[in-house]
Amino acid sequence: METTAFQKIHTKVDQITKATCSLHATGVGNEEMALVNDRLAQVVKIEGDLVTLQIFSGTEGIPTNAEVVFLGHAPQLAVGDELAGRFFNAYGQPIDGGPEIDGKLIEIGGPSVNPVRRKQPSELIATGIAGIDLNNTLVTGQKIPFFADPDQPYNQVMAMVALRAKADKIILGGMGITNDDYLFFKNLFENAGAIDRIISFVNTTENPPVERLLVPDMALSAAEYFAVEKNQNVLVLLTDMTLYADALSIVSNRMDQIPSKDSMPGSLYSDLAKLYEKAVQFPDGGSITIIAVTTLSGGDITHAIPDNTGYITEGQLFLRKETDIGKVIIDPFRSLSRLKQLVIGKKTREDHPQVMNAAIRLYADAANAKTKIENGFDLTDYDKRTMSFAKDYANELLAIDINIEIDTMIDTAWKLFDKYFSHAETGIKAELVEKYGKQIK
Amino acid sequence: MATTGKVVGIISNLVVVKVSGPVSQNEICYINHDAVKLMAEVIRIGSENAYIQVFESTRGLKTGTPVEFTGHMLEATLGPGILSKNFDGLQHDLDKMEGVFLQKGDYTHPLEVDKDWSFKPLAKVGDEVEAGSWLGEVTENWIAHKIMVPFKFKGDFKVKKIVVAGDYKIEDTIAILEDEDGNEHEVSMIQKWPVKVPIKTYKNKPRPAKFLETGIRVIDSFTPIVEGGTGFIPGPFGTGKTVLQHALSKQADADMIVVAACGERANEVVEIFAEFPELDDPRTGRKLMERTTIIANTSNMPVAAREASVYTAMTIAEYYRSMGLKILLLADSTSRWAQALREMSNRMEELPGPDAFPMDLPAIISNFYSRAGFVNLNNGETGSVTFIGTVSPAGGNLKEPVTEATKKAARCFYALSQNRADSKRYPAIDAVESYSKYLEYPEYVDYVSKAISPKWVDNILEARNILVRGRETYEQINILGDDGVPIHYHETFWKSEVIDFVILQQDAFDKIDASTPIERQQYMLEKVLNINNTKFAFEHFEEVNPYFKKIINVLKQMNYSEFESEQFKKFEKELGEIINEKAVVETKQI
Ligand SMILES: Nc1ncnc2c1ncn2[C@@H]1O[C@H](COP(=O)(O)OP(=O)(O)O)[C@@H](O)[C@H]1O
Ligand SMILES: [Mg+2]
Repeated sequence: METTAFQKIHTKVDQITKATCSLHATGVGNEEMALVNDRLAQVVKIEGDLVTLQIFSGTEGIPTNAEVVFLGHAPQLAVGDELAGRFFNAYGQPIDGGPEIDGKLIEIGGPSVNPVRRKQPSELIATGIAGIDLNNTLVTGQKIPFFADPDQPYNQVMAMVALRAKADKIILGGMGITNDDYLFFKNLFENAGAIDRIISFVNTTENPPVERLLVPDMALSAAEYFAVEKNQNVLVLLTDMTLYADALSIVSNRMDQIPSKDSMPGSLYSDLAKLYEKAVQFPDGGSITIIAVTTLSGGDITHAIPDNTGYITEGQLFLRKETDIGKVIIDPFRSLSRLKQLVIGKKTREDHPQVMNAAIRLYADAANAKTKIENGFDLTDYDKRTMSFAKDYANELLAIDINIEIDTMIDTAWKLFDKYFSHAETGIKAELVEKYGKQIK
Repeated sequence: MATTGKVVGIISNLVVVKVSGPVSQNEICYINHDAVKLMAEVIRIGSENAYIQVFESTRGLKTGTPVEFTGHMLEATLGPGILSKNFDGLQHDLDKMEGVFLQKGDYTHPLEVDKDWSFKPLAKVGDEVEAGSWLGEVTENWIAHKIMVPFKFKGDFKVKKIVVAGDYKIEDTIAILEDEDGNEHEVSMIQKWPVKVPIKTYKNKPRPAKFLETGIRVIDSFTPIVEGGTGFIPGPFGTGKTVLQHALSKQADADMIVVAACGERANEVVEIFAEFPELDDPRTGRKLMERTTIIANTSNMPVAAREASVYTAMTIAEYYRSMGLKILLLADSTSRWAQALREMSNRMEELPGPDAFPMDLPAIISNFYSRAGFVNLNNGETGSVTFIGTVSPAGGNLKEPVTEATKKAARCFYALSQNRADSKRYPAIDAVESYSKYLEYPEYVDYVSKAISPKWVDNILEARNILVRGRETYEQINILGDDGVPIHYHETFWKSEVIDFVILQQDAFDKIDASTPIERQQYMLEKVLNINNTKFAFEHFEEVNPYFKKIINVLKQMNYSEFESEQFKKFEKELGEIINEKAVVETKQI
């Protein structure tokens, strides 16, 4: 990054900690960017004329006579149509060997949408995966994470969903992803012939962790540009938000803030909400949908990161290996799409909601039957039927390798009800059974 | 002269200001930043410096920036035009703001200064009045909005002059009052009141006892709320707090609903914006939005204004209560407000209490809840503010400071259970864990025996017992196995399931099932209690489950049908037949 001639160069740094340095300077704005010996930094605290800068790549080797130049602006991104198909680092600089973007400069992390100007999300996103479309239907303008243990194929599922969704742009924000995963996304997007629709901001495990704090805002600001100025439907993929939150805790810890639960900063909820709430349906047709990944440790969703995330996002998609069928499924119990009500039975067939609920209830009964076996009890006839149903249901509907139309999903569920249960056992409204499930006794 | 100051320190939205003169705690000030004014509140005062929390992003703010103090605390503007509005946490009218994005310092007027209101005097010259006395009224949507003597007026006044009926604007003088010293005071249709101070212009606050109907069966029947009561809904994410609050705001029997969307999702407020202007209020036949005011400070809006938003909402509710109205105030979620307090307290490096929350959190919460209540006004009329807040416990664990502090302050406890939500037993209120202290009030028991039925409270206690027994029996069956227990254990368990499926569970998204009037609740409760009192003859435990599933299924079909319609009666008849199949003694009433 170039410095312009009139900028004042400071050469005396007073204090240096692991993440920050402080110096005397005046006329500096809060959250302003600076260069400290050419490393990018940002103002995080001003006390009188003592200014504290957070250096994104760390302070190793920074001397007390480092050259400090204030850049006069908050973090920025150059935007324009040329962003499409390009790969950038956390600062928005190209990492694909291509030219710098010669577009308009916008500040990232800008203002929020006035809630009265938002439109209610209403466009269904079909993914072909029944665990999503049937049980946890997604809608444009929604924000939803995958909750998954690190050994689950979350990046693969997310990429598949992204490619099947009919988005105008897909913006990948990679935080602390491995170089292998970065190459996976790159190859997949190129081979799918989708590269022109894709923009990536990537911080890999090879980059300093604090840098990744910039990635979501970069991705979301680019998304806002396309959604607001071009009225496009933009899908933003953020992986892995747990590593993002870890970077937040590193910073707050180094700044001696009092940690709250699980060593996370007390502001974690607000920090995450500010990002996720960028998901929106704009009045003029554009939209931003966010699909994120929050990795869990040992499936623990009470940890502060997934817990705060769950309070913010509009549901979560839980990946779990179903041992009975040896496949990864979208767990119907712990997964939820809060916006599904807006489309199911309205944009989809009217029996969708009841069929979905009935199947999940019967699947729950099968789980109870399994517990009975574990406790060494005999199974009733009903228990046995639910267990057979559960196996078919997992295979034909919950597994992530499904790719069918929503009507087919609903018909498949009816077929399974018919095979194993009576009408009363499904508990579905009589008029719907009449109309869609005639075979059932 | 007003005190001024200069910015000397910035840590996120906590700004340190060196001041030129006196400032007071909670005083409002404005930072003159790049031609926009950023609103802020004093939250701590040192020897030379005031610490202020800014209700905006402080990006780009520099030291040396001038600050003006206003001499007053955060105030709400009270007057006709509040109903149906969408405000931000500081009562700025969101609809008046320009553009899609919120702009820093875009502070719009909460009301319409140019609008004519048709004023009708209620007081006459010579009347003795005091703060809160009704001077006149205007019709706001359908409410007779009382124009009152400003709450800030202390002492006794005499009406010196009052305007004749006619059209006036909110800032026009509608009356002149004379105080005891003979000074004259002009009164318009608007007044200001500091939001953190309760409005107390009523005679007294008796214990609340009047049943407040919500149409939600598990609440009305098992854990009733009363006019002027308090309740809270703690629950892990996804267990149905917001759906429950929305149902309350649509269905509750109140004159006005104030919804404080505090630090939660913007799309949930959008849902209200989109639906309420379309949905009918069954009591008045008007649109729901006509009785609703929304205070939206969603999670992406300025954190410091979250705290303000619940106080703004409470002040508006108290204002309308002073007009003799029945107000329901809902806040989702009070935990977000507590978290905002925590963020500031941490930035000020205060000594933290449990989970890093400020030490005085319990006092703050209980003070807030104590502002709700049923009041007798000085003119003999009554009014109420019923408050129900949600709590979002970290990790779903109810042993955390906000839940514990709220439990001490609120009289109804609606515990949402993760298990019930996971198995889609909505609303996921655990009827056994939850409680309403009002059920123990003799005044309440008295009231409902007259208003609903003399047997009502006994019936509820009986149903509750059945649930408890069902739960115990279920544990026994799990320990001993299906065939390790006598058949009647299965029967007991399934009878409690009937209550669960038919009374407790309710589909918030079904047009008919969503709201159940109390007569219908009473009818259905008697029906399931009769089933419970019926003895059935089973040969084998395997018969029990399918048999009761049939019963539940038919009862649910009744829930989905219009009350007492052909269809309803058809299912009811079918139910009678199923019961007669296995009933030991014929039960005629069913
Ligand atoms: N009474 C209900 N009937 C049907 N579904 C419900 C009900 N209550 C909650 N749900 C389901 O649970 C989801 C989460 O509910 P919500 O109120 O948003 O939870 P919370 O506010 O506790 O996080 C809803 O989107 C809906 O799918
Ligand atoms: Mg909620």
